[in-house]
Amino acid sequence: MSNGTKRIITATINGNETTMAIDNRMSLLQALRDVAGMTGTKEGCLTGDCGACSVILNGRVVDSCLVMAAEADGAQLETVEGMARGQELHPLQTQFLEHAALQCGICTPGFLVAAKALLDRNPNPTEEEIRYWLAGNLCRCTGYRTIIEAVQDAAAELKTSAR
Amino acid sequence: MKPLEFHAPTTLDEAIGLLAAGGQDVGILGGGTDLIIQYRAGRRAFGHMLDVKKIPELNVLSYDDATGLRLGAAVCCDAFTEYAPALKHYPGLVEGAELIGSTQIQSRATVGGNVCNGSPAADTICSLIVLGATCVVAGPGGTREVAAKDFMTGPGQTVLQPGELLVELRVPPRPARSADAYLRFIPRNEMDIAVAGAATTLTLAEDGTTVQDARVAIGAVGPTPILVEAAGAALVGRKLDAAALDAAAKASEAAANPISDVRGTAEFRRHLAGVLTRRTIEIAAHRIQQG
Repeated sequence: MSNGTKRIITATINGNETTMAIDNRMSLLQALRDVAGMTGTKEGCLTGDCGACSVILNGRVVDSCLVMAAEADGAQLETVEGMARGQELHPLQTQFLEHAALQCGICTPGFLVAAKALLDRNPNPTEEEIRYWLAGNLCRCTGYRTIIEAVQDAAAELKTSAR
Repeated sequence: MKPLEFHAPTTLDEAIGLLAAGGQDVGILGGGTDLIIQYRAGRRAFGHMLDVKKIPELNVLSYDDATGLRLGAAVCCDAFTEYAPALKHYPGLVEGAELIGSTQIQSRATVGGNVCNGSPAADTICSLIVLGATCVVAGPGGTREVAAKDFMTGPGQTVLQPGELLVELRVPPRPARSADAYLRFIPRNEMDIAVAGAATTLTLAEDGTTVQDARVAIGAVGPTPILVEAAGAALVGRKLDAAALDAAAKASEAAANPISDVRGTAEFRRHLAGVLTRRTIEIAAHRIQQG
């Protein structure tokens, strides 16, 4: 439904059909955080350089700051809030904790979502493939070594679990 | 920022109508990786945004041995670079598309948008030029075709007139014993804009060593990408020995018309045009020999 410069959109977010009243100027990032109240997705650079706002849109990982909210009408979205099952963390989340792959944590949801998109497509990535895939996610605290190791160990864990 | 109307037409006619009605007040949204940044920074101001991703004609992705590749202007780089016929027949074009931004950007950015943004540093335009690609443009007067080498007219400038949009890119099939290659220089491994770039296509004669046809284009070394006809001519009829490679590299250096800026000096860029020309020729020849 469209009413000039505002509209109602409906998207499936982590399996739940969600209706949002948005202004057409909004990004998907703003709609998620300020309208749907899902603040797990973080705002970083707003220019598509840092990856903090990564979400999976119709099966591909995108920077939600560079998606207009209006584009998400009818879309399938996955955000960091959809990764854990209740109290059970996703193996990527567990491994980020095990490896202490974060300090301030602002970049972490973006890394988790981007890494999930990688493992959904390629369950057995090489270190080089992980590094290239995550080149659009910036961390300014830890460096990347522990993050890469966490993704490698999560991949191994996912292969042996039924998840 | 003034109020924004958002349109997502599902037919080309509807899109052309909206463009005609909106005039200069319409921003065309493909992947948005340039447009949304320009919009938010106030460098582009408009009251209407036209999302073209629901138009079937802009989502074509097909290959036919007789007619070649059809690449809709709204197909994202990730979809294009995983399309097996593209990688098989146009590896240089695919490697250019793979260089555009991060994984997240690849999910959104399009080859069509890379061309429409009009940057002389665009990573796909040199390949499209040497491959002899055609840009299919639709507007109020119907459709017209523009050769890729004529599409960009200056930094940020293209032949697109108000009311027109890019529908698809058509790339002719390759002759036997042909391959292409693209390289750019950046001071890091990922996530940067070309300091200089070069694309080459080669076709070898039946003897497998004599060059039958060659084209070289260089980017980010002038206000528009440059088709270096002298570089191709320096190779045709010759074996790819050191003298032939030197001649082609020298031709690209001579054709380059770079500026000095934060990414590099004019002198360095001119040098790079030669180096990248030489290397793309070697890669294309290697690809032909590998079959």
